[in-house]
This record gives sequence, C-alpha cells and structure tokens, in this order.
Amino acid sequence: MTMSGRLGTVLGLFVVAVGLIIWVLMGLLTPGTPEGVVNFVGSSPAGQPVNMTIQTVGSIGYGNHPTWVSYLVKTPQGKWIQDTTWQLPANTQINVTVLQYDSGSPLRNQEFGQVTGTTGNVATLNGTSYSSYNSNAGNGVGHTFTVPSLGLSVPLVGVNGNLSLCGVAPCSVKQPHNTITFSFKTPAKTGEYHWQCFVPCGLGYLYGNGGPMSTQGFMGGFLDVVQQ
Amino acid sequence: MNNGSEMRRIVTAWVIVSVIGDLLWWFLVGPHIPPGNMTESAHWNQFDFNILAITALPVVFMVWIWMGYAIVKWRDKPGVPDPVGGEAAKASRGVQAGWITITSIVVVSAAIYGTVALIGDHGSGGGEGPNPVWAPQGGVAANTAAIQGKATWSPAGDQPLVVQVIAQQWKFSYRYPAFGGMETNRLLLPVNTEVVFDVTSLDVIHDFWAYQLSVKADANPGVNNVAFADTKQQGQFMVRCDELCGIWHGAMFNSGRILSKTAFMAWATKTEAQNAQNTKYLPPFAWTYTPDANGASGGLYPDGNVTPYSPYATYGAKQPAS
Repeated sequence: MTMSGRLGTVLGLFVVAVGLIIWVLMGLLTPGTPEGVVNFVGSSPAGQPVNMTIQTVGSIGYGNHPTWVSYLVKTPQGKWIQDTTWQLPANTQINVTVLQYDSGSPLRNQEFGQVTGTTGNVATLNGTSYSSYNSNAGNGVGHTFTVPSLGLSVPLVGVNGNLSLCGVAPCSVKQPHNTITFSFKTPAKTGEYHWQCFVPCGLGYLYGNGGPMSTQGFMGGFLDVVQQ
Repeated sequence: MNNGSEMRRIVTAWVIVSVIGDLLWWFLVGPHIPPGNMTESAHWNQFDFNILAITALPVVFMVWIWMGYAIVKWRDKPGVPDPVGGEAAKASRGVQAGWITITSIVVVSAAIYGTVALIGDHGSGGGEGPNPVWAPQGGVAANTAAIQGKATWSPAGDQPLVVQVIAQQWKFSYRYPAFGGMETNRLLLPVNTEVVFDVTSLDVIHDFWAYQLSVKADANPGVNNVAFADTKQQGQFMVRCDELCGIWHGAMFNSGRILSKTAFMAWATKTEAQNAQNTKYLPPFAWTYTPDANGASGGLYPDGNVTPYSPYATYGAKQPAS
C-alpha cells in the first residue's frame, strides 16, 4: 500500500473511532425521555387542572412477575397501562383519583399515615375527608403515594383482606376497592421527581423493599415535570 | 556541579515557595474549604483540613522543585559531560534519611493531630454508637430527658435540642421529642443551639450526612448512633444518604435549614399542632425501633425463613424477651 493509502486508512479509522466515542458520549449525556412515559401534558388546556386516575393492585396477574404488587395508570385516552413515569405540566394543579384494590397492614413508620403536601393537606377516602389515618386500626394502609422531594404523601387505606380481592390488573370498579382522591400542584421547576410507595410491600423480599419496590414500573417511578 | 550550593538553592526556593503557598492557601483558599462555618464542628473541621493542607503543601513543593531543578539543571546536554554520572550519581544517604524522617514525622503528626481533634470537640461523634467518647455540655442529659419523655426546648434557654433521624428506604424522617414527639419530613434547626442527633434506621444501613453541619453518622437498624452539632450560622444545608442502600439511594436526599431561635420555635409549635392528629398514633419516642417488619403479610428476614407478620414487628414496638 502506498504512503498516501496508509495515511488515508489511518485517518479514516481515526475519524470512525472519534465518531463512535462522540456518539457514545452523546448517548450518555443526553437526558433522553424514559421509555413508557404517560404524557398528561396537553390533556387539559394550559393552566387548567389535569385529571389523573391510577390504581394499585395486590398482584398484577400477568407478565414476568404476575404476583408482584403494582401501580397502574389510566392514560388520557382512557387505557389502563402499567407505567410509573408520568409527564405532567409544571405549576399546574393535578387532581388524582386512586382506586386502591389491595389490602393493608400497619405502617413501618406511621409518619406516612399523615396526608401532606396536597391541597389543604387533606385527601378523601370514599368521599370522606381525612388528614391522617391510624394504620394500626381497621384495614391498615395498603400503600402510599409519596413524592419525598415535594413533601407530598398520601396513605392509601387498605381494603378488607377477607374479601375476594382483585388479582389480575386492570381491576374493575365492581371489585372491592377504596377510592382516594386528592389534589396537588406540580412545582414550577421542571425536572424528574422520584415517587414511591412507602409501605414495604415487596412480599417475599428482604424488609419488603425488594422486587416490585426496587423495580421501575411497579411501586415507584418519576413525575416528569415539563413546561407546557 | 557544586552539591552544597545546589542544595542551598533548592532549599531556598522550597522555603520561599512553601511560605508563599501556605499563606495563599490559608488566607485565600482556606475560608472556602468545606464543610464551612454553619456549625462549631464544621468550623473546626475546616480549620483541621487547612492545617493538614498547609502541612502537606511543602512536601508537594519539595517534590516539584526537586523534579523541576533536576529536569532543568541536570539534564543531558550535547557536548557536555553527563552531569550526574560517576560519583555524583550515587545516592546520598543523608538526603534519603532526612527525607524519609521528615515525611514520616509529617504523616504521623497529621494522623495524631486529626485523630485527637476529631475524637474531641472538633468532631461530631457520629461513628461511635450510643455513647460517643466526647459529648458537649448537657448533651447526655438532654438525651436522657428525651428517652424519659421529659425533653424540652425554648428559645430563651440554652438546653440542647434532641432530634431523631429515622432513615428508611428511601427517605429520612425527623422526630422532635421536645415538641410532642412529632415527626416531620423536614429538618429545621435553631441557630446557636447544641443539637443532639439520634440516628437510626428502620431497615437497611443508611448514612445521615449533612456535610455543611459536619455531621455524618451511619443509620443502622437497631442501633442509636449519636452525633452532635452546635449551630452557628443560619441558612440552608443538604442532607444525603451516604451509604448505598438500594435502587433509590440516589433519591434519598433533602434540604434542611437553620433558622433563628424564634422562627424555629414558631415553626415547631405550628407543626406540632398540625401533626398532632398523626403524632398520637406514633409509638413512644425510643432510641431504636424494631426494623423487623416484613411488609404486607410477611416475607423473608435475614435468617432466610418466612416469618409471619407479628404485632411486635411494627415500627416502635418493643422486641419480645428472648
């Protein structure tokens, strides 16, 4: 091979290598949209409250982990899907309805029995307003919806475990459940805000915090707050 | 080559550079070194870091100056005899012994200084379990009063404030025994107050790290790890978990704030009233809480057995006698 040919080959390989490195770096540095985001931006006119309906089910009933507990969300198009990253408009009131289909237990930390960070620091349980729930009484607390960085936390009161509970999602409102509603305002600052359930409901895992508690798409996720 | 004059030249340059470097560090860099001045121990930690820095800088300068001098003066030049060949290339036992002795003394002195300072009032406890070697005036008495349900605090007094830090996957909570045992998700503190942190966990090992307060204490289940902070400056600080504790470890942080005593009292009194309904459901204040809750209906505990959900396996319940 001639000198110019060799030089061309070396330069060509160098350019390819640099291109690959840049491509990999850009992939790492660009905050891409997470897979499976449910987009609520635009589901209401700008500045108007956004309505969101979610449900918690004791066992998802399908997929690789049919026995795992999970959240589901109803898309603005009305379809129930198992997804825990929700895109919401910034500085907007979000009206949340939770259909809670799971049984409950005492909280590991009763702090999460208190409703915080919602409008008026209250929620409603089957139409009755509450600001705190004693998890050592009644059916206990099944799950919580908590966004630590926003100071938002709502205990989702459990259903009587002796009833015939829903075991395959999405559950029907004809099945035993509690309806919890609350409103909160998204922050003006855009970004991803982690949320999770603070009931260690990963049955069969150490301290109850493995499995569905440690897997994106089940009992934790993100509020992806963006400008509308 | 004149060994004596070259050595004098090197030492002279080293002394001048070291004095200038240390002065620049002390007056320009030192005041900005973490953790800052929000607490007494943070102030002394900053002081200690700066002492260690100005001790280490001359060592760094000597290495750099020696290397630079060797590269410039003793390099091989065309047509000139090798400057360090023959007898001159032999090692100098005096220089070697001196260098090893001086650096050994510096390293050992730094280790002794750091250990002695941090184990006393420059430190914050925080690694010594429930009975730190050093405790501030009134710290032990305040903690004893807290466990007896007699904790008090007022802006007018000078009694320490006891705050319990409760870690769990993946959030910190804060409990104030002097305010009805309320539990909050925000860490607010009064300025010019000795704070006693009782740090524990409800599940795995976490680490309470408020670096601007110069407090870093492991949060172990079933263990009360005591740390102290004497607040000196109002402002915001960060709290992070510094022990990899699971998938959402990265989300386990929040911010805290040091307020004036009156502002803190107003916040604490208001929050105590707001939380009263939930506080009555909390267990009595205790230094540790049983972390043996397995979640809904049971699960695997470290022994590998499926343990049933039991009344004592809940937050705050006492361990049964074995």
